[in-house]
Amino acid sequence: MTDPTLAKPMPVGDTVRLTHLQRLEAESIHIIREVVAECERPVMLYSIGKDSATMLHLARKAFHPAPPPFPLLHVDTTWKFRDMYALRDRMARESGMDLLVWRNPEALAKGINPFDHGSQIHTDLWKTQGLKQALDHHGFDAAFGGARRDEEKSRAKERIFSFRSAQHRWDPKQQRPELWNLYNARKHAGESIRVFPLSNWTELDVWQYIYLNHIPIVPLYLAQARPVVERGGSLLMVDDERFRLAPGETPRMRKVRFRTLGCYPLSGAIESEADTLPAIIQEMLLARTSERQGRMIDHDQAASMEKKKQEGYF
Amino acid sequence: MTQAADRIAADVDAYLLQHEQKGLLRFITCGSVDDGKSTLIGRLLYEAKLLFEDQLAAVEADSRKWGTQGADIDFALLVDGLAAEREQGITIDVAYRYFSTDRRKFIVADTPGHEQYTRNMITGASTADAAVILVDARKGVLTQTRRHSYLVSLIGIRKVVLAINKMDLVAFDPAVFQHIVDEYLAFAQRIGLHDVSAIPLSALQGDNMLQHSARMPWYRGPTLLAYLETVEMDETRQRKIALRLPVQWVNRPDPGFRGFAGCIASGCVRPGDRVRVQPSGRETRVARVIGPDGDLPVAVAGQSVTLTLADEVDVSRGDMLNSADSPAEVADQFEATLVWMAEEPMYPGRPYLLKIGTRTVNATVTEPKYRVHVNTLEHLAAKQLELNEIGVVNLSLDRAVAFDPYKDNRETGGFILIDRMSNATVGAGMLHFALRRAHNIHLQHVAVDKAARADLKGQRPCVVWFTGLSGAGKSTIANLVEKRLHAMGRHTYLLDGDNVRHGLNRDLGFTSADRVENIRRIAEVARMMVDAGLIVITAFISPFRAERAMARSRVEDGEFIEVHVDTPLQVAESRDVKGLYKKARLGELKNFTGIDSPYETPQRPELRIDTSDVSAEEAADQVVRLLQALGRVR
Repeated sequence: MTDPTLAKPMPVGDTVRLTHLQRLEAESIHIIREVVAECERPVMLYSIGKDSATMLHLARKAFHPAPPPFPLLHVDTTWKFRDMYALRDRMARESGMDLLVWRNPEALAKGINPFDHGSQIHTDLWKTQGLKQALDHHGFDAAFGGARRDEEKSRAKERIFSFRSAQHRWDPKQQRPELWNLYNARKHAGESIRVFPLSNWTELDVWQYIYLNHIPIVPLYLAQARPVVERGGSLLMVDDERFRLAPGETPRMRKVRFRTLGCYPLSGAIESEADTLPAIIQEMLLARTSERQGRMIDHDQAASMEKKKQEGYF
Repeated sequence: MTQAADRIAADVDAYLLQHEQKGLLRFITCGSVDDGKSTLIGRLLYEAKLLFEDQLAAVEADSRKWGTQGADIDFALLVDGLAAEREQGITIDVAYRYFSTDRRKFIVADTPGHEQYTRNMITGASTADAAVILVDARKGVLTQTRRHSYLVSLIGIRKVVLAINKMDLVAFDPAVFQHIVDEYLAFAQRIGLHDVSAIPLSALQGDNMLQHSARMPWYRGPTLLAYLETVEMDETRQRKIALRLPVQWVNRPDPGFRGFAGCIASGCVRPGDRVRVQPSGRETRVARVIGPDGDLPVAVAGQSVTLTLADEVDVSRGDMLNSADSPAEVADQFEATLVWMAEEPMYPGRPYLLKIGTRTVNATVTEPKYRVHVNTLEHLAAKQLELNEIGVVNLSLDRAVAFDPYKDNRETGGFILIDRMSNATVGAGMLHFALRRAHNIHLQHVAVDKAARADLKGQRPCVVWFTGLSGAGKSTIANLVEKRLHAMGRHTYLLDGDNVRHGLNRDLGFTSADRVENIRRIAEVARMMVDAGLIVITAFISPFRAERAMARSRVEDGEFIEVHVDTPLQVAESRDVKGLYKKARLGELKNFTGIDSPYETPQRPELRIDTSDVSAEEAADQVVRLLQALGRVR
């Protein structure tokens, strides 16, 4: 039998040039595969945003032609944008992965919402407590998250494999050394790890990767005329009838988009004309404010992300 | 940046295309406490206009609260992201920062200078191409400078910037600069750092950061940013050496497909290439090379791929697919340099887990051949390695692995050691060479001893010795404690009257002599069980101090935990569950503790429980918490 590859001129490694994104992609795939190989019950936290979209895409590449051998978990607050729920269900179908949705039963029973209870209680009950409940309920020992180190200062300090106690606590002073690409996934029963395959990606990297790979994203990232009200300097979108308008407040159609997505009453929109991916990348590069500003939960208190993380928030 | 902004505004697609083609440099900053590492990074980001407005506003606010620079912005607060770091004004853990200029993308690992966080510095260094080593111009080369330089050299970073900072505080004196350079280069030569560029700086004021400082006209070399943008990156070095592919995962979605997934550690691979499966040694050909976006004609080091093979050979996670022409070495005994990163010292003979590539095996370490004194580079004798110490050791693995010497291949010659009990990463090592069996240095014989048995159980054995009056609640609490420990996955055994008096000690009565013999036997059994690696719980009145002291002396320091269940006689007597006090009062029972036989109260028990205050459940919690605090269980 003749080997057809021998007939062709041999390509040599020297001709291959890896771009920055290809390097990041390879690193992320390596991380995702290590978790699957070393952990018993991994899960991918899927929050439907652009980082989750990128992470899911990487997972699918890592195990192609098989589907990723773990489920997606959406810790739902019941207050996401409708467009987000639509994309979530579509991506679960297309990826062939199981989608688990967890809604904190306590928050559900009490009807916790951002209008009556404020962002802190809302976030703590639905997201922080909800996440811990979901992980405990399903017995997951490893959870992928889409956090990046360029987002926030305490995240910049976190390991790629980030160890959590049985109470889901992060101890920033006791992080394991993490050398080369040798990740230590060992833990005792009840303990778990959070894994951040996008640790070394920047916001620009994520957008550029989405652009180059045609990854589906929630349309809310692109500018479009949407009904919004202005409150305390933030533009809030009236996504459904549950939005409580103040006396005299009327939603106005304005061309807006979102830099980050979360619960719609807590996500600030920005006025923008950017309705294509290159245009939003352009806008982002020229912007002089950083990404998380649109997300109100970080401003609640100083060092709040570090505190939330210690309490078990992703 | 403004030029970049114009280009972005004019044609974002062109900008993106150019941006995508940029090279990537990963570098670390390191140096002693207060040399200004974080300030240097903050200044780089600030000068390059890479800080966002809200970040700057936050830092300005923080500077007023915690800053050390008076009215000026304290750039260190930009990168010292943990609350503890801001409070203490030191960097505890490595922080990663990302920025790009028109020429390159950068990942900066800002690493801590304080000695106790050296392991975090190693973490940052292990993935870096270049190192910026800061020196305070007023202080010159310090112990930490030498330590970090040695670690940089050890970890294989070749490109080094000696950044002599705070030149403004020495009046920009070239003589000061030259003196430090001379001293440093002499040291650098000895540790194999041959590519050192020295730059005089003031990170706080921006001199020689992006622009040449008018205050140091005598310096003609590149600015720091110019150096970082142009320093030669040996991107292709790793792909010019032989193929190494550690298999991470066998992908078998259906019977028709069997792929071996992994990240190429070195070399390149094409369909048709002959590969050797190591350590087994079987050879076959590569059928397909599948990249993230489909089949590839060739893949190179740094790419994550899936290979299919021409023959059905046995390959699993941990194996390597290597060039058949120049395969890796296979061995189970090595010499290696070891950096110790745990509070608990490295003990020769203790089994650790060793992870190399995608394989994890059991390994024991011999007594260090020597440890290295980082100031003098002297070789010192050592029995063990303490936190942050570096030594040369021999390793013995329970199975053979494929490897390359670290100096030849950073990806296949580096390993980590993991503690079997805590699961912490405790050591980082670099393999030198395999020990030839013919002239093996005889490895210390590792007997199956107490430590080995305990390690297998993943626990630290001990005796929890309850003492107290009859009816005090010893057995109740002891039972609860055992239940709790069992639920935590600990291996335990409870010795109490029920299982001792009816068997082992059924020939003994309650005279003082018999009581002493009773306790002696129990102490002896407890000692053997501790030797077997168990957490032993005993619940006996054990009224005499001398016997309790004897029991304590039978085990090692720290292994005996005396718990006094302190219940007043009246309370115990009023409970009188078994009716014994009543019989004793009636004289039907002789030598009853508290009635006609003394109870010698413990003087310094590890724990005293007042049962009139706490329930049995709470008491059991106290005991478990104590065991945790003493590090016996976690």
